[in-house]
Amino acid sequence: MMKKSKLLMLLGSVLILGLFIFPLWNITLEAPQYPTPLGMDIYINDFADANPHDIKNINLMNHYVGMKYIPESIPEFKIFPAVIIGMSILGLLFGFLGRHKLYLAWFILMSLLALAGIYDFYLWEYDYGHNLDPKAIMKFTNPDGSIMGFQPPLFGTKDILNFTAHSYPQLGAYFLAAGMACTFIAFFVGKKESK
Amino acid sequence: MKRLSKLVLLSALGALTLIGCNPAGKKSDKGGALSSSAAEKVYVAPGEHDEFYAFVSGGFSGQLAVYGLPSGRLFKVIPVFSQDAEKAWGYNEETKPMLNTSYGFVPWDDSHHPDISQTAGELDGRYVFINANNTPRIAKIDLTTFETTEIIEVPNSAGNHSSSFVTENTEYVVAGTRFSVPVPQRDMPISEYKGNFKGALSFISVNPEDGGMDVKFQLLMPGFNYDLSHPGRGKSHGWFFFTTYNTEEASTLLEVNASQNDKDFIAAVNWKKIEEYVNNGGGKMMPANYAHNVYDEHTHTATSTMKKEVLVVDPSEVPGAVYLLPTPKSPHGCDVDPSGEYIVGNGKLSANLTVHSFTKMLDAIENKKFDGDAYGIPILNFDSVLAGTVEQPGLGPLHTEFDGKGNAYTTFFISSEVVKWKLGTWDVVDRKSTYYSVGHLMIPGGNSQKPFGKYVLAMNKITKDRYLPTGPEVTQSAQLYDITGEKMELLLDFPTVGEPHYAAGIPADIIKPNSKKIFKLEENKHKYAALSEADTKVVRNGKEVHVYMTMIRSHFSPDNIEGIKVGDKVYFHITNLEQDYDVPHGVSMIGANTSELLIMPGQTESFVWEPKQPGVWPFYCTDFCSALHQEMQGYVRVSPANSNIELSWSLGE
Repeated sequence: MMKKSKLLMLLGSVLILGLFIFPLWNITLEAPQYPTPLGMDIYINDFADANPHDIKNINLMNHYVGMKYIPESIPEFKIFPAVIIGMSILGLLFGFLGRHKLYLAWFILMSLLALAGIYDFYLWEYDYGHNLDPKAIMKFTNPDGSIMGFQPPLFGTKDILNFTAHSYPQLGAYFLAAGMACTFIAFFVGKKESK
Repeated sequence: MKRLSKLVLLSALGALTLIGCNPAGKKSDKGGALSSSAAEKVYVAPGEHDEFYAFVSGGFSGQLAVYGLPSGRLFKVIPVFSQDAEKAWGYNEETKPMLNTSYGFVPWDDSHHPDISQTAGELDGRYVFINANNTPRIAKIDLTTFETTEIIEVPNSAGNHSSSFVTENTEYVVAGTRFSVPVPQRDMPISEYKGNFKGALSFISVNPEDGGMDVKFQLLMPGFNYDLSHPGRGKSHGWFFFTTYNTEEASTLLEVNASQNDKDFIAAVNWKKIEEYVNNGGGKMMPANYAHNVYDEHTHTATSTMKKEVLVVDPSEVPGAVYLLPTPKSPHGCDVDPSGEYIVGNGKLSANLTVHSFTKMLDAIENKKFDGDAYGIPILNFDSVLAGTVEQPGLGPLHTEFDGKGNAYTTFFISSEVVKWKLGTWDVVDRKSTYYSVGHLMIPGGNSQKPFGKYVLAMNKITKDRYLPTGPEVTQSAQLYDITGEKMELLLDFPTVGEPHYAAGIPADIIKPNSKKIFKLEENKHKYAALSEADTKVVRNGKEVHVYMTMIRSHFSPDNIEGIKVGDKVYFHITNLEQDYDVPHGVSMIGANTSELLIMPGQTESFVWEPKQPGVWPFYCTDFCSALHQEMQGYVRVSPANSNIELSWSLGE
């Protein structure tokens, strides 16, 4: 019979592939004129409408304050999938090797990559919310006189002018988290088993 | 002391006067306590939706208005037979063909009887059909877009009044002629009407897939006036019933000459039998000329085709297909109860209501209980088909609807009331006044096997003092009654657009989920659509110029055009690039001899402009579309006819 730790490691490595099926993150914008809120699902390889034409309509809203259009594609959509596939293969390899220390190594590496991903997302968001067209139709300033930014929250809920923006992880992120948790537990179980 | 008692007396008198006055002022309708509950019953809180849609025809306005019940709030006036500058109906290039007829472009009509499509005898909410009375036509309104998508002219018909009622599976929408006419039309003395004029009853098939209409056959009946009609349902499915008057066949002073016969007829037509007859090659194809206009949702454009022949059937050649049921005194409404057993003839000059039995009718046919014939059509014996009579319910019965609980509700024009009576016992249960002179009434689903008997809507011909006066022409009005109890209760008066001639009601839940929010740009197949700003252009073809323009918050593309010359005919084809719910844009050009356009997201519409003098002429968005609506404008430079300025166009340069 296969060891429990090995099973967990293999399972964890497969679970992270859920990112190819489910969205990683979602940003939703609520406003009185949008009884059905505008929403964007972020996949590891795509920006998708929560409801048909949402991104087009977000762009239309945002052009008034000089925000750029949400791009059709970004370099991350090539890098992220490659990283996830690579990590999945690596995880399976480590799983078959059955060495619990490798499990921990995989977990740490994945954690670092995830943090890098979140930081990258933050940078994109910051640029999206602050790098405004100087010919913007409407310009808003903060109470201190600086130009107001429209960066959506990285995580959580924030009021931006007439919109309330929500930014929360989606099922894909939970698959990643669950996969990572499996590998982390696999390390401890493996450690116990090897004693 | 004396003074004090005087004061008390005075104030007591004052109080009495106040008490006396207050209820007197309100009494004309109903008591104070009742009216508060009536208010609650029709109150639909802000943001909440009504329980029913009511499609109320506009009579002489030629349109069809959409209201919510019980609130009586108006949502939309759907243009059908009359030009509507607000929506560019009949003004823009796309919809002008919809109003084409064999008489050319007809910008107006008299819209009377909306009826909702049915499946298995129940409302299915796909389409509303409505008739044009004056220049005979039948229109179909698509209930996903709430727009008129098809209009077919009815040949050999005049005063298209006993229309447009659908059979139980929408196999046919039926259109009967009120005025009989020479068929085919020809130059002949009016005095030779009798025996020579014909009344055409048209059975227009409805394609079950796409709803396409086609005149399947016309039954050429004797020259009576065919006033109203309804399909059989349930057991009487396959039959259609038409009231007739002027069986005297008078052509002058009809108010006297058409009111002489003690009994006119309800014509019972076995359309299944005639359908079978024509499917087997029966009937005669005769030359005709009538328009068939179809609006395509993807090209956003209508086409008009002239049809050149129609299949006519002589009833005497299909034995057993048509019978006449004697019915007293110029019957108006012809209504069939939900079970299909009772056929109510509302004899408008009679004091009684006559109800025929379908079962007895079949038996009378079987046993040949005939009292002669009219032009070869057997007349059934009156007593052999009579189910019962509602004795003296009121004056001037016009129309009856049913609540599905064994009750019928009939309007009385002269005595101005709605009377509730019981099917089978023919007992009057209740009566309520209307304000004033009610014509049709409507219970949602009241013309189907499954009525939704919660409300009855009475549509009045006269309102006089019911609302604030607005000069000699006062508002038209409908009234809503609660019919859930034994007694009816008047809940609400509300003004209507045009004459509220008749209506069709349906639970909102059947239609609401199918209502489109936008037109998809990728499905736009308009010949002159520009589906992105990159596709915009201006093309000259001799003196004709086509502008392929787009609109999106908050600009037109292009918004500067030069090189147009006096004498050009400029077609603006404008596509709304929005794909967001409820973001239409409008457009109008200074001095254009047409209406504005109001263009829905994903739609393309066109208007023509013939500039008459050199200059720089602005156009702008006519619908307050966005925060920068006031900035949504553009200019066209018009040069003299002999100038050689090149055609150019731009945005943001």
